[in-house]
Amino acid sequence: MTDAVLRVSGATKNFGGVRALHNASLTLYAGEIHALLGENGAGKSTLLKTLAGVHRLDAGEIILDGKKFHEGSTRLAREQGVAVIYQEPNLFPDLTLAENVFAGRQKVNGKIVDWVGMQTEAQTLFDQLGVPLNPRSRARGLSIADQQIVEIAKALSLNAKVIVMDEPTAALSSKEVERLFNVARALAKRGAAVVFVSHRLDEVFELTDRLTVMRDGATVGTGITLDTTEADVIHLMVGREVSELFPKGFHPIGDVVLSVKNLAHDGLFENISFDVRAGEIVALAGLVGSGRSEIARAIFGVEKYSHGTITMLGKELAAGSPSKAMAVGIALVPEDRRLQGLFMAASIAKNSSVTILNRIKKGFLVRSKDEAEIAKTWGETLELKYADINDPVERLSGGNQQKVVLAKWLASQPALLIVDEPTRGIDVGTKAQVHKLLSDEAGKGLAVLMISSELPEVLGMADRILVMREGLMVKEFSRAEATSANVIAAATGAVTV
Amino acid sequence: MKRVTFNWDKGILVFLVLTTIVGSFVTPYFANASNFSFVIQDIGEFMLMAIPMTFLIISGEIDLSIGSSLCLSSAALGYSFRHGIPFWLCIIIALLVGLACGLINGILVTKFGLQSLAVTIGTLALYRGLCFVLLGNQPVNQMPLSYTNLGSNSIPHTFLPYVTILIVIFGAIGWTTLHYTRLGRWTFAVGINVEAAKFSGIPVARLKLALFAMTGLMAGVAGIVYTFRFASASPDGATGYELSVIASVLFGGVSIAGGVGTMWGVLAAVLELGVIRSVLQLTNVSANTLLVVSGGLLLLSVAIPRAIELSRNRRKLVSSDSKS
Repeated sequence: MTDAVLRVSGATKNFGGVRALHNASLTLYAGEIHALLGENGAGKSTLLKTLAGVHRLDAGEIILDGKKFHEGSTRLAREQGVAVIYQEPNLFPDLTLAENVFAGRQKVNGKIVDWVGMQTEAQTLFDQLGVPLNPRSRARGLSIADQQIVEIAKALSLNAKVIVMDEPTAALSSKEVERLFNVARALAKRGAAVVFVSHRLDEVFELTDRLTVMRDGATVGTGITLDTTEADVIHLMVGREVSELFPKGFHPIGDVVLSVKNLAHDGLFENISFDVRAGEIVALAGLVGSGRSEIARAIFGVEKYSHGTITMLGKELAAGSPSKAMAVGIALVPEDRRLQGLFMAASIAKNSSVTILNRIKKGFLVRSKDEAEIAKTWGETLELKYADINDPVERLSGGNQQKVVLAKWLASQPALLIVDEPTRGIDVGTKAQVHKLLSDEAGKGLAVLMISSELPEVLGMADRILVMREGLMVKEFSRAEATSANVIAAATGAVTV
Repeated sequence: MKRVTFNWDKGILVFLVLTTIVGSFVTPYFANASNFSFVIQDIGEFMLMAIPMTFLIISGEIDLSIGSSLCLSSAALGYSFRHGIPFWLCIIIALLVGLACGLINGILVTKFGLQSLAVTIGTLALYRGLCFVLLGNQPVNQMPLSYTNLGSNSIPHTFLPYVTILIVIFGAIGWTTLHYTRLGRWTFAVGINVEAAKFSGIPVARLKLALFAMTGLMAGVAGIVYTFRFASASPDGATGYELSVIASVLFGGVSIAGGVGTMWGVLAAVLELGVIRSVLQLTNVSANTLLVVSGGLLLLSVAIPRAIELSRNRRKLVSSDSKS
């Protein structure tokens, strides 16, 4: 191989107190397909978004084609030759494919748009990619696979030197994956450097020439794919021995609280059965999109399911009603605290009390004194940092906001607490507090169902680990059996290591 | 340090006092009991409808058909009276028709997932059309004086019109419900973040349906008040009332985006609207100018909070720049 097309070195980026990139590096050569690997939160997205022109590095250097890369502008990134194909592209549904390919830079004759020229050129691009798409049809209703092709054609027409595909196969069928691989190979043959991000290791080994592994914001390994084994990759991805970081205290485990039998919902998850007992923390591990959050939402009743039964404390639970789920003691700390967990403009007190208005009212009137009292008590337990209990939660930091969501649900005195990514995007100190809290509450007999994409958290906290892959529950590990390697292997479908 | 913040609804109160003072200087007919009584009577229907509209807009919805709903209940009252139904029963029918108007809006929005703006533009025309279907082009007059006198006379020993009783009762109910009950909390929660409301176990669809039904019912109450006041039910009554009601709710500090507002801000805003109308009428300003004033108030009420927000953001930027 010749000189590098792209060379990233010493890349460092902090968001507030969170270290997203720390001295990361990445080198790409023309004509190669390069896999970028790492757990969630390892820094892949930040690195890719920097290349896409969304972020600007705090420190470090990016050299593209021998020249310094201008950061912080998506338009400049495109002009310099970097194209990013996202998992779910954003096309203009009411424009034709040709118009989408040339969006924002229509070909013109004088002042008149050159429709025919655009269509011919789009047709040529689709032909080169070997995909039978009609440049004159509209983008609405196009499958995700075809939308990605349109984006790739756009990248081609811009003569992109680096084409990044961010988890492109997550939503594709196996046939579509095959076609995408062919397109990727065609792009590499034309001399582009293709970056391929995927959690599916089998795909990585089938498609890529070289790979780079990231962990905790740093590059921890890079090499030729053929000389690497799945075990090497997994070892690099996980690295540290971390289960001591998040100790769950030992508690006696009680009776069954939640029992799920044969739960299924078309295309999302199938044949899901498991129990959660009092005092037990059960983790649902697996990749994003493997169906974990959907199961949580089905149990809580915000989403429906087509088959199966959910039994709570011995009684069958009606589907599709959060208020009924709450009445039998189920609480859900959702995945996205800004969108699903909090009323950002409302006060800490009002956010904490929204689940218990029935308990703090006298006749018809809500007693605001009790409301503030309860919010303050939970604030103390959770070591919440705030100026005034009547301040809107939007003034709090991310970690403190997450504590308010926890307060809101713990205040409802649940028997089962479902937490979906309970420590996503919060700092290390708060993370430890959240873990301690979950452990303490389990010690008092709370049943906890935890969904987490962070393996150390899963291994450190859970009494049992249920691993999901593509909507199926593929493996169960006890605390003693589970290691990072066998959980990742089960989640990615790699051959046992 | 306690931060002193400017609140739009407090501003309304200041504005109300200023208009009253200015009004008393520019015309000698303004500051007296009989004119005050007239002002209350003039804005009675607006007050009654602004109360549920406040809930609806805070929850993130809107009802543009409220004027037509008022007219349809009034028309139903007139129609059933014309067909010899006892007057007390006519009143109940009018209330039920108002309730039905609101329920239809609510079902279309919550069960079929349609936008309330579009739905109620449709029912605005539909309900109005039904008024003409019921009454033809003929208004219904000669209703029993024992009832219609309630619409024109004052409460004995006072200068206050009878509608004051309704305003006080419903105002108090609306105020407590919005700010001190679970229903009120839910209304704000849904308006701030409907997704989080679902994830908090709030029955969003049922709540919205109830709010639409309440709005329709209050349009029915206002329809009866309106019919008594003019001692007549006509198919073209209360035209354009929806604009005055929505304008005053927004002018009272309720955010059109939902989630923000106070009941007393709205009540003060409706009163302010009445006072301005009175001053303008007493100084012989034409009816067209009155319309200009309502429109102007509406624009002010959306523009000024936005301007305040922009200047606050600018200040925040400046202060964070100077820190770094």
